[in-house]
Amino acid sequence: MTMVEINLSSLKKTKPHEYAIRFVFGGLCTALAGLIAKQFGPVVGGLFLAFPAIFPASGTLIESHEKKRKAEIGSNGTVRGRMAASVDAAGAALGCIGLMGFAAVLWRKLPDHNAYIVIAIATILWAILAFALWELRKRRLFRGSRRGRRSEVA
Amino acid sequence: MTVVYAMSDLLVRFLIGGVIVSLFAILGDVLRPKSFAGLFGAAPSLALATMGLTIHHNGSAFAALEARSMILGAAAFFAYAVATSWVLRRYRPAAISATLMLMPIWFAVSFGLWAFIAWRS
Repeated sequence: MTMVEINLSSLKKTKPHEYAIRFVFGGLCTALAGLIAKQFGPVVGGLFLAFPAIFPASGTLIESHEKKRKAEIGSNGTVRGRMAASVDAAGAALGCIGLMGFAAVLWRKLPDHNAYIVIAIATILWAILAFALWELRKRRLFRGSRRGRRSEVA
Repeated sequence: MTVVYAMSDLLVRFLIGGVIVSLFAILGDVLRPKSFAGLFGAAPSLALATMGLTIHHNGSAFAALEARSMILGAAAFFAYAVATSWVLRRYRPAAISATLMLMPIWFAVSFGLWAFIAWRS
């Protein structure tokens, strides 16, 4: 089992305007998804519930933090930062499979069951699917591979 | 009256969406390794922010239809995330360039799948 760590110090590295950008992007995309559903109906509007709202902002943030971390020890972290963004995007791809499971549960169960219980179960399913796929990917790709362990960005 | 209602609905969606998306982003910030934190980049934040309001205003059947389309949107997000990860690893451009330049993949795949399913049925 791969250890997952919580590093609260990384919160201090994020500047207030970086939090603000993600808040505004998230809010705008949510409002936009509602507007599109109202204007064009639920079939088109639903597509935007899986819109990569803050993906560009998050990737850029990860790249810049990694670069800064390397600059502090006198190294050029440009390539390292881009690799970190790549690893983050690979993780997001696994999260997307969980997202499909989340949406499938809502689609099949919402009409006949308590909405809030269905949403809670779908969210738990997303977490289980995403974590299980991530663990599987780690075991398959990095088992016994020193190169793989080294390439994983901490 | 309708315009005021629509504006307040949009404002509520904006605020709830901003808060939920930010919370998932913060989770992604504090977790290590990065591949695990990346999972939260595809958390159901927009859906969680908007589903309660949609069910309240339009009913469960409307929300279920949205969720069916969301499966296609998530498949498109998957294709976009895989392409972004590969391009960043292979060609190493700036993250902002890669993520924005590849965004049309999401639109092409999601609307392509939607059109394909509409054509089949």
